[in-house]
Amino acid sequence: MVNQLEIRNLHAKIADSGEVILKGVNLVVPKGQIHAVMGPNGAGKSTLGKIIAGDPSYEVTAGDILVDGESILELEPDERARKGLFLAFQYPVEVPGVSNANFLRLALQAKKGEEVSMMEFYDRLQRALKTLDWDESILTRYLNDGFSGGEKKRNEIMHMMVLEPTYAILDETDSGLDIDALKVVAKGVNAMRGPNFGALLITHYQRILNYIVPDAVHVMMDGRIVTSGGPELALQLEERGYEWVKELAVTGS
Amino acid sequence: MSDTLEIEQIGSEYKYGFVDEVKPVWKAEKGLSRRVVEAISYHKDEPAWMLEFRLKALEIYQSKPVPTWGPDLSGLNMDEIYFYAKPTEKRDATSWEEVPEEIRKTYERLGIPEAERKVLAGVGAQYDSEMVYHQVREELKRLGVIFVSIEEGLKQHEDLFREYFATVVPPEDNKYAALNSAVWSGGSFVYVPKGVKVELPLQAYFRVNTAELGQFERTIIIVDEGAEVHYIEGCTAPVYTTDSFHSGVIEIVVNEGARSRYTTIQNWPHNMYNLVTQRALVKKDAYHMWLDGNLGSKVTMKYPSSYLVEEGARSDILSIAFASSGQHQDAGGKLIFAAPHTGGSIVSKSISKGSGRSSYRGLIRVYEGAKHVKVNVECDALLINEESRTDTYPYMEIEDDTATVGHEATVSRLNDEQIFYLQSRGLPEDEAAALIVRGFIEPVAKELPLEYAVELNKLIELEMEGSVG
Repeated sequence: MVNQLEIRNLHAKIADSGEVILKGVNLVVPKGQIHAVMGPNGAGKSTLGKIIAGDPSYEVTAGDILVDGESILELEPDERARKGLFLAFQYPVEVPGVSNANFLRLALQAKKGEEVSMMEFYDRLQRALKTLDWDESILTRYLNDGFSGGEKKRNEIMHMMVLEPTYAILDETDSGLDIDALKVVAKGVNAMRGPNFGALLITHYQRILNYIVPDAVHVMMDGRIVTSGGPELALQLEERGYEWVKELAVTGS
Repeated sequence: MSDTLEIEQIGSEYKYGFVDEVKPVWKAEKGLSRRVVEAISYHKDEPAWMLEFRLKALEIYQSKPVPTWGPDLSGLNMDEIYFYAKPTEKRDATSWEEVPEEIRKTYERLGIPEAERKVLAGVGAQYDSEMVYHQVREELKRLGVIFVSIEEGLKQHEDLFREYFATVVPPEDNKYAALNSAVWSGGSFVYVPKGVKVELPLQAYFRVNTAELGQFERTIIIVDEGAEVHYIEGCTAPVYTTDSFHSGVIEIVVNEGARSRYTTIQNWPHNMYNLVTQRALVKKDAYHMWLDGNLGSKVTMKYPSSYLVEEGARSDILSIAFASSGQHQDAGGKLIFAAPHTGGSIVSKSISKGSGRSSYRGLIRVYEGAKHVKVNVECDALLINEESRTDTYPYMEIEDDTATVGHEATVSRLNDEQIFYLQSRGLPEDEAAALIVRGFIEPVAKELPLEYAVELNKLIELEMEGSVG
């Protein structure tokens, strides 16, 4: 079995409007590695994340997504979660009336397919809260309801830590965070790091990569990955902007 | 899928839909007439004034037209309804052993005796037209708490009964209050003496077993000065192909400084017309809460109302309505402010699924001279499917300009982004939808006793199965 998240020649469009967003994305994230996907606004980065998680507002027209060698294209979002996928949303959705902790326990039970004891659940929560330097008051609040931007992002990381996915996609988790919040979020991701965890870090800025050093960096433009490299690629982008990569896109490297 | 099929499907999921092998010991002939009213009164061995009252109410009923401002009632045929069915000779048994076995089994299946032992202060059980069981904890009896059937209330406490009966809801109030006044049978008579706080709820459980039967319970609750009580009513019936009818009248008097709460979990099968008048008179510095959950029935028209008649009186009305295909829940509430420094709120949460229709209908009236009234109305509607429907009819009659009146109304659809978000964390689509619905009603549901909140959640999960996607 191949232990990796693989995106193979993925083409996709918005289901309603038919607008084509992904135009042949190829990407492999081996388990145990963290890869960054960078690119300018409108490159299709967030769309890629949502499509991997199974967002029904997009339609895959060609290509495949494989988790450990198995196609997940036909699976519902919850089935994908049970295969070990997790998407930290760029804009976490507010669900009034549903307590953060109650939901998280339901999600953990759904993912594991069995009852999770209060003890075990509480244990997981405590570990996550400690790493994220957070207090329990966040647990009884309604899911993302009235959370600040920073709280929402931190809560996504807490969910990730409790659910322990095999492959996590972090969609611009860094955007809108001040430096302290960014460090806390990075701490959560780094705590997950290990041979059984792979992640795709979607970001617009190099800044977060100072705290989460990626194993590889991919640059996405106009619905394709146009170049890939090591962590140094992110620094180059920071210095030179996306203009020089555009040329790569045009020449079709 | 056609509506009828869908309704049948829901009926098959309705877990209280079983029929008992119980034949009434006496049943009135079908339809409504002077003779039927006289027969009911005869079977109850009533004083002459009550028969007179009934007959006058019958005239009032006959003189009033069927209301056309609300849901369609044209399917309700009074000639096809039995107005009285006596399940057993013995009324108000005080131990379950005295209740005929078949009837007792039903209540056991519904978990009533168990709940009585664990979480209730007293239980009244109505089967068809009569209360077959009534019991309240011994220590409450010693404190003077009265909790008996309405019939026993009239027999044993006639003066107290007469002082309050039909004073809060007179027969002239509306057509169905008049009907109830003519043919009432069953219901509770509750009196909580001054300063007595009944900690656990009293529950009345209504079961209609006979097909095409109308159930017309009448309940009087008197909460004397400084006393406290929580009364809960629950209702179920078998699923028949023919329609049934339930039309209760509830009268509550909350005296100075008293607190009361009336909770309804109405889960009739989807062939029941449910037209109920519930009203509370709230006195000086007293408080009353209506918690009204309408999940079942074919048509419900129900607007619990509070009349705040003395200074400092307050009342909140919390309402949940769930309308599936073939159902029309016309619910809401009324707050009438007739004294200064009174206040209250109406919070209504409705969910419409399939071709179901829910309406919020509410009235806020502030009389001139009722100074510094504070009232807030919030009604939120959630639509599950494209063909689901909701309407809002908020009436405001504010005669005093010192009143502070707030009103907010929202209509939302089940949100795809919310579903995707919850699903991406591992919850199947149905469960995600049910969770969103539960969250939607949470501000009201959290006021329910735990057992009922759990039951409500189960019902919603059942209702939401296969409803999206």
